Amino acid sequence: MYVEMRHVNKTFDGFHASRDVSFAIKKGHMAALLGPSGSGKTTILRMIAGLDQPDSGDILIDEVRVNDLRASKRGIGFVFQNYALFRYMTVADNIAFGLEVQKKSKAEIKARVEELLELISMKELGKRYPHQLSGGQRQRVAFARALAPRPQILLLDEPFAAIDAKVRQELRTWLKEMIGRVGITSIFVTHDQEEAMEIADRIILINQGKVEQIGTPAEICSCPETEFAADFIDARRFEALMSMK
Amino acid sequence: MAKKKERTYEKDVIGDGIHSIRKVIEPPKEPSNHRMKYALIGMSALFLILMLVLPLIVVISNALRDGWNTYVGAILDEYTIKALKLTVAATLCAVVVNTIFGIFASYLLSKFYFRGRQLLATLIDIPFSISPVIAGLLFILTFGNVGWMGEFLKSNGIKIVFAVPGVILATIFVTLPFVFRELFPVMNSQGKDEEEAAALMGAGGFTIFRKITFPHIKWALMYGVILCTARAMGEFGAVSVISGHLRGKTITLPLHVEILYNEFHTTAAFAVSSLLVILAVLILIARNIVEWKRK
Ligand SMILES: Nc1ncnc2c1ncn2[C@@H]1O[C@H](COP(=O)(O)OP(=O)(O)OP(=O)(O)O)[C@@H](O)[C@H]1O
Ligand SMILES: [Mg+2]
Repeated sequence: MYVEMRHVNKTFDGFHASRDVSFAIKKGHMAALLGPSGSGKTTILRMIAGLDQPDSGDILIDEVRVNDLRASKRGIGFVFQNYALFRYMTVADNIAFGLEVQKKSKAEIKARVEELLELISMKELGKRYPHQLSGGQRQRVAFARALAPRPQILLLDEPFAAIDAKVRQELRTWLKEMIGRVGITSIFVTHDQEEAMEIADRIILINQGKVEQIGTPAEICSCPETEFAADFIDARRFEALMSMK
Repeated sequence: MAKKKERTYEKDVIGDGIHSIRKVIEPPKEPSNHRMKYALIGMSALFLILMLVLPLIVVISNALRDGWNTYVGAILDEYTIKALKLTVAATLCAVVVNTIFGIFASYLLSKFYFRGRQLLATLIDIPFSISPVIAGLLFILTFGNVGWMGEFLKSNGIKIVFAVPGVILATIFVTLPFVFRELFPVMNSQGKDEEEAAALMGAGGFTIFRKITFPHIKWALMYGVILCTARAMGEFGAVSVISGHLRGKTITLPLHVEILYNEFHTTAAFAVSSLLVILAVLILIARNIVEWKRK
C-alpha cells in the first residue's frame, strides 16, 4: 500500500472532523474521496499533505510513518480547492516556484517549465498572470505547478468545483488522461458521484468524518454496505453512465 | 495599459478598501436629483474652504507678513532647527517601530487562529480611542520619578520623562495602529492558501513573505507608513505632556509653534507652522501617488 491512514482522528475545537479514518491506496491508483459538503474530505487531504496534524492515528506513505515529517518533505503535490495560484507571479513563475525553492539549476527549471506548459497545452501563455486566465486554464496551471517538483503523490481538492458544467466534462477526461500519462498515485476530493465514478479506480465514501465504504465504483453501486451509501449513491445514474460508456 | 486594467478588476473581486469606495462613487445609471447633488457638492466645498483652505492661507500669509527675510530667519533659528531635528528623529523612530510592529501583528492576526485574537486586535486600537494627553500622562505615571517604574529607571540612570526617549515613546504610542490598520484587511483578504501552497513546496518563512505576502501588501504598507508619518510629525498632546517643554532639548515642531505663539512671536510661529504645512503637503502628494499606484 502506498498511501495509508490508520485510525486517524481529528477535532476542531471539539468538533469531530475525522473519526477513526482508515484506508489504503495502491501505488499508481487514483482514489476519490466522495462525500457531501462538510463531511471532512478536505480535512483528510490536508492531513495527508501535512498541512494539518491528526490528533491521533498514523499516516503512512510507502510504509513509512510520516506524521512527524514536514509537509514539504512528504513528496506531495497539492491542487487546492480554489487553486491558490500565486497571483503576483506569471504562469511560468508559478510552475517554476517549487523548483526554484529546491535550488535547481536555471536550465533545468526552464526545461521543466516548458515541458509542463506543453503538457497542459498552454505554451503561449507562460507570461500571463493567473487573473488573465479562464477557470479551466487556471486549473491546468495549478495541476502543472503541483507536478513540477515531481511529487510521488498528487492530491486534488475538488479540482472541478470552480468550473462551469460544460467545461468540466472535458477537463475531467483531460485530467484522467494526464494522471494516467504521468502515472502518479493520486487522491482527489469531490462531492459529485458521477465525477468519482468516472475517473477513480477506488472510491472512499465519507460521511460526517467517518469512512462509510471503500471499493471500486461498481462495488459501491451494486452493493452499498451502509444506509448512507445506499442513500447517497444513485444507482440508476450510475447505470446510465456505464451504458453511455 | 490593458494589463493594469485587468488587475483592477481582480482587486475588485477581492474587495480592498479603496475599490469599495470607488464602487460607491460610480455614478448611478438612472437620472438622479441634480439640485440635491449640487447642493451637497456646494456644502462640502464650502465646508472644506472654511475648515481647510482658509486656515492654510492664513498660515502662509501670516508667515510671510514681515517679509521673506524674517521668514527665513525664523526658520533658520537655532531652536527651530533643533525642533525640526527632534521631530524628524521621533517620526523616523515611530515609523520604523510601528512598521515592524504592524507587519508582525497583522501577519499574526490574519494568518493564525488562537484564543484572544479579538482582544489583541482591540488592544492595538487603544491609541486611537485614548486621548493623546491621557496617553502622555500615563507615560508620566509609568516612567516618571514618582511613577510605577520610576525607582528602577532612576537607579539605572535612565531618563524617559521630560527627555527625548519620552518624546519618542509618546510618538510611537500615538501612531501605533496606523500601519496595522492598513495592512490587516489586505492580509486577511489574501487568505492562507497561497502561503500554504508555497510552504508545501518547501519554501521557508522569509521566501514566502518576500514572494507571496509582500507583493500583495506593499501598497497598503506604503499607505500605512505615510499616514503614520503624517500623524507622528504633527503629534502634539502626548508629546506636550511628556516633554516638559525643555527648549532645544525636548521640543518638537508643533510644541515650538505653541511656545512661539504664546510668547507673541506670531510671525515666527506661523513661519514654523508653514514648515509643518509643507511637510504635510509633501506627504499628501506621496499619499496620492501611492493611492494611484495601488489601483
Ligand atoms: N480550521 C477549522 N476550524 C474549525 N472547523 C473546521 C476547520 N476546518 C474544517 N472544519 C470543520 O470540519 C468539517 C469538515 O470540513 P472539511 O473542509 O473537511 O469538509 P469538506 O468535506 O471538504 O466540505 P466541502 O465539500 O464543503 O469542501 C466542517 O464541518 C468544517 O466546519
Ligand atoms: Mg473541502
